[in-house]
Amino acid sequence: MFDAADLQAIWLTVKLAGLTTLLLLLVGTPIAWWLARTGSRWKGPVGAVVGLPLVLPPAVLGFYLLVLMGPNGPVGAFTQSLGLGLLPFTFAGLVVASVIYSLPFVVQPLQNAFEAIGDRPLEVAATLGARPLDAFFSVVVPLARPGFLTASILGFAHTVGEFGVVLMIGGNIPGKTQVVSMAIYNRVEAMEYANAHALAGLLLVFSFCVLLALYTLNPGRRRP
Amino acid sequence: MTIEARFKLDYASFSLDVDLTLPSAGITALFGPSGSGKTTLLRAIAGLVRVAGGRLAVDGHVWQDDGIFLPVHQRPLGYVFQEASLFSHLSARGNIDYGRKRSRHALDDGALQRIIDLLGIGALLSRRPAGLSGGERQRVALARALAVGPRLLLMDEPLAALDLQRKREILPYLERLRAELKIPILFVSHAPDEVARLADHLVVLDAGRAQAQGPLQQVLADVATPIRLGEDAGAVIEGTVAERDGHWHLARVEFPGGGFWVRDEGHEIGRRVRLRVLARDVSIALQAECRDTSVLNHLSARVEAIAGDLHPALALVRLSVDGQNLVARVTRRSAGALALEPGKKVWAQIKAVAVIG
Repeated sequence: MFDAADLQAIWLTVKLAGLTTLLLLLVGTPIAWWLARTGSRWKGPVGAVVGLPLVLPPAVLGFYLLVLMGPNGPVGAFTQSLGLGLLPFTFAGLVVASVIYSLPFVVQPLQNAFEAIGDRPLEVAATLGARPLDAFFSVVVPLARPGFLTASILGFAHTVGEFGVVLMIGGNIPGKTQVVSMAIYNRVEAMEYANAHALAGLLLVFSFCVLLALYTLNPGRRRP
Repeated sequence: MTIEARFKLDYASFSLDVDLTLPSAGITALFGPSGSGKTTLLRAIAGLVRVAGGRLAVDGHVWQDDGIFLPVHQRPLGYVFQEASLFSHLSARGNIDYGRKRSRHALDDGALQRIIDLLGIGALLSRRPAGLSGGERQRVALARALAVGPRLLLMDEPLAALDLQRKREILPYLERLRAELKIPILFVSHAPDEVARLADHLVVLDAGRAQAQGPLQQVLADVATPIRLGEDAGAVIEGTVAERDGHWHLARVEFPGGGFWVRDEGHEIGRRVRLRVLARDVSIALQAECRDTSVLNHLSARVEAIAGDLHPALALVRLSVDGQNLVARVTRRSAGALALEPGKKVWAQIKAVAVIG
């Protein structure tokens, strides 16, 4: 059903989505925590920037990232000065782009979870002698577990499904930047419909399973 | 040894301005209507609210002063919130151990077991908070707060979220704690019956100011600075069960200066009990007790003070029965007809006395 090229694309996709999700949890948690608890006037602007990828066409996002990370862009100049070379058309570049592209899908569930927990558990933890960081890991993280699960699943799934940003930043290099969505595009272009069917079917089943997992894990959301 | 607390807060809609010296033993009630600042004061004492320029010293240890602010997690206190606020991801046992693991003065196993037995939660320890009733949750929260071995226990209306049934269930535990614990307890309440039952010392707050403070019996009997208890105005007297009359189901509670026949609530002879005598249940006569009345309790008393009451037709009269205070609510017309004035000898007729523990 899948030939070597397909399997390579599938593996690359899983690797990209897994790594992106991990980085997003590390980056997104402090952002979500800050957004959930701040009274700062920057809350609105920061929230809007984080949410931009929700509404921005992926091609637009990819274009700007390409410009920024390219040889004449500030990020490109920075990575070159570090001796890392240029990010566009590399796997690392794809990871960076995916982190930005999927950021709201991780930050927003976490922010909702943190807001739902409120101040009280933290106050209780403090009166019981827990330092703020201790309280975060011993109280907030366990209480926000459904939020972390939702965030991980959405971040992973959204990265698996990306196309426009990959096209702009990663190109279509087999084994390096060719993910499943690109592989499907190639197969269709080459009129290889059987292979396209297999890959498309895989993503369909995957997407269904993701939604099923989400609705099963958060069954109580709509109950009063 | 005392607790000194001085806090001043000025918000547009709310201000707090108190300078209190509280005893560091027994239960002190912070009493007042909602919005009077009692919870804010308690939170300021805990360090949950940071009041700039405030000062707080507990038994000589400064917790807050100019340039000093001990963070909440470093203050050796226990805090019981209005709703039990147990951590839902931990069992009752896990909740109790959470603070214990993090405290330098935590109770040892034996002392914790005593608290668990005292609060009657031994059988609940493996349960999650979701599987506990409101009263059970509040008892676990109390054990959790005590397990850290606090120097000061703060309770923010721990009974307010409970229905009458649950309140009745938890009050005896609080009374047992009062008898057992050596640490001071600050207790926020807007319910006069809870205060009368539990407190030793009373601070009356209104609009962010302390209107009155002192020993409970003294503040309650102080008719000159009325604390607006309304129908709940009255006095609290402590006495000892001296006699039980099985035939009429009555018990005699004696106190220095007199005694009352009260309903026998099953307390054994020699037991200390608290009595609450509402002002509306006390009337005043000039004649010695007459036989033809249904009122059981007559006491010789002296008028100490007369003050206005809720309604211009009414007056509150503070009576002294050999040093024990009673408060009577009479009409101004009666006060005039009897020519009541400080120093006058009268008879107090007490229609009802409640044993409140």
